[in-house]
Amino acid sequence: MTSRWIVAAGFACAVLPGLAAAATLDDVKARGALHCGTAPNIPGYAFTDDKGDRRGFDIDLCKAMAAAIFGDANKFKLTPVGPRDAFAALQTAAVDILTHRFTWTYNRDAGSGLNFTRVMFYDGQGFMVRKSLNVKSVNELNGASICVGQGTTTELNIADYFRSHSMKYTIVTFADLDEARRAYDEGRCDSWSNDRGSLAARGLGLKNRDDHVILPETISKEPIAPMVRQGDSQWEDIARWTFDALIAAEELGITSANVDELKAKSENPEIKRLLGVTDDLGQKNGLPASWAYDAIKQVGNYGEIFERHLGPKTRLGMSRGQNALWTNGGMMMAPPFR
Amino acid sequence: MSAPAAAATIARPPEAARGVLAWLQQNLFASPLNTLLTLASLYLLYIMAPPLLDWGIFGASWLGSSSSDCPNRETACWVFVRARFSNIVYGSYPIAERWRADIVFAVAAAIFGLLVLPRLPGKLWIGLAALVVVPAVSSIFLAGGVFGLRSVETTLWGGLMLTLVVAVWTIVTSIPIGLLLALGRRSSYPLVRALCVAFIELWRGVPLISVLFMAAIMFPLFLPRGVEFDKLLRALVAFSLFNAAYMAEVFRGGLQAIPKGQYEAAQALGLGYWRMTGLVVLPQAIRIVIPGIVNTCIGIFKETTLVLVIGLFDFLATVQTGVSDPAWLIGDHIRVTGYFFVGLGFWVFCFGMSRYSQRLDRQLAAGKAYE
Repeated sequence: MTSRWIVAAGFACAVLPGLAAAATLDDVKARGALHCGTAPNIPGYAFTDDKGDRRGFDIDLCKAMAAAIFGDANKFKLTPVGPRDAFAALQTAAVDILTHRFTWTYNRDAGSGLNFTRVMFYDGQGFMVRKSLNVKSVNELNGASICVGQGTTTELNIADYFRSHSMKYTIVTFADLDEARRAYDEGRCDSWSNDRGSLAARGLGLKNRDDHVILPETISKEPIAPMVRQGDSQWEDIARWTFDALIAAEELGITSANVDELKAKSENPEIKRLLGVTDDLGQKNGLPASWAYDAIKQVGNYGEIFERHLGPKTRLGMSRGQNALWTNGGMMMAPPFR
Repeated sequence: MSAPAAAATIARPPEAARGVLAWLQQNLFASPLNTLLTLASLYLLYIMAPPLLDWGIFGASWLGSSSSDCPNRETACWVFVRARFSNIVYGSYPIAERWRADIVFAVAAAIFGLLVLPRLPGKLWIGLAALVVVPAVSSIFLAGGVFGLRSVETTLWGGLMLTLVVAVWTIVTSIPIGLLLALGRRSSYPLVRALCVAFIELWRGVPLISVLFMAAIMFPLFLPRGVEFDKLLRALVAFSLFNAAYMAEVFRGGLQAIPKGQYEAAQALGLGYWRMTGLVVLPQAIRIVIPGIVNTCIGIFKETTLVLVIGLFDFLATVQTGVSDPAWLIGDHIRVTGYFFVGLGFWVFCFGMSRYSQRLDRQLAAGKAYE
């Protein structure tokens, strides 16, 4: 009994200094670089371009943080982590923030010593079927076989949905998301299910994309949010408000192109506060007064980031949908900057 | 003087035993079963080779720079490999500094060329120096930060370059450590023996992936705050300690194969432990274990792909992340081509190692006992 306590105490002494380290910001500043954990390869969110540069929606969120802290969007280091190791990487301070594709769920938030900052992407699970199947709704998929990738909430969502609608189903699981798509393409399953964002992105690999259709139903809520360690509320505030600033910038019509002009000329009090012309909002979080200006100037507002990597002009071709601003019928809203 | 005379008396083989037809008969159609196997192989080749050649060469897309140049989804898209070649070779190593990697590649190729040469004075010493000095110097050269070279963080290293760095470092360090462990395991000092046994069994008993995970994520927890070890360095240490345990067991096999009489004879000549080991035991044991060492080296080379779990993009991972670039998301033929290329790359290196070991085997005539 006592020896067990000694081991536990030893472990606590070794681990807690890392976890309880309150001033993440100080560490980051001393290091001169923000450490972000991102997915290794997800089309549109985190990938490597032909030149070897890491790009994507998640990478830009990391850059925005770096810009807010250092005034330089290039002062970041990326650690690609798979979904299995990502939480451990954040808990052990190997990274300062996860700009990853994690759904905000109760268990991940309450049990893990980690906190979600704010939703940066509303996703949901959808289904793709062949047009030739003549299916118009998920509710017509009774008895269908469904190809899915392993290790996510995908399987649980299907089980919940089909059971609550008293429908039969067969799940065929694959370790790799692309393998699930490939098997569906080869006719192993009637349907292929994943987050709608993934269906859009990975669906581009289908032999003939035009033969397939994504069904209208979204059977789950998948609010995707960057994560930080629990116990450092200043750091959490910095992350959340930096992301809020990107959304507020879109609400206020501030873009990377016009931010200089607005900073010099705008009479809108909220713009003046956000860009650090009248108030010094940054200082309360230990950041320079130009924190939001730097993030917007160097990375762009939320809409710009979305359009750059996911929007209709990209190969992924996603519409804003739920990710539109609240004023446009979406769910993106930043709390007021005052 | 007697040799030409002897040769003259040897009768020429009968006409039927020479020529192409005779070779075919002896090697391909010697017996009914042999004939059947030959025909089956020819048939397999007949049905497999044309589609493969068509997929990979004749019908493949070779020219261009973007995914729109690969319209045919049924054939290989070498445009992808060409467009991303520099990423596959160097990872995210800064473009302006890639000449440093080129120099390292050139030096490594030159050294390998020297080692393959059949006769070279002082080859052993050149080899040993190359194995120790070159990896150390080239790592410093790649990392920079000294002699006016720009510092390049190891998180930016990637591609084939990273794979080779990890493989070469691991092989070069694990062989001597493994040898010492093997000797230690057979030591007559109980403490040394126990330590070596414990070390070997500990490292062999855990999966490499968990060792890497510990090195990358858990290890920093036990350091004082602010102290940081380079992640690649941690991974390299993990790789070499892990594989040293395997090497140790390979060496032990060789040491055990040396008859006791050899030890006794060496002792009878008055040789001490180190001279006995260095002059009598090891030269014989190492010959025996060459196939085992090369086997482990090939394993190490392929294991390097695990560095992805600690967030480093090796040869395989650069291709994996390449096929996730939306610019290349047009169909499975991109993915298939990329993976085929990686497979081919790994095969070339592993087959090269295998051939080199066979050559070494022949040169040292270790194969004699089995012929």
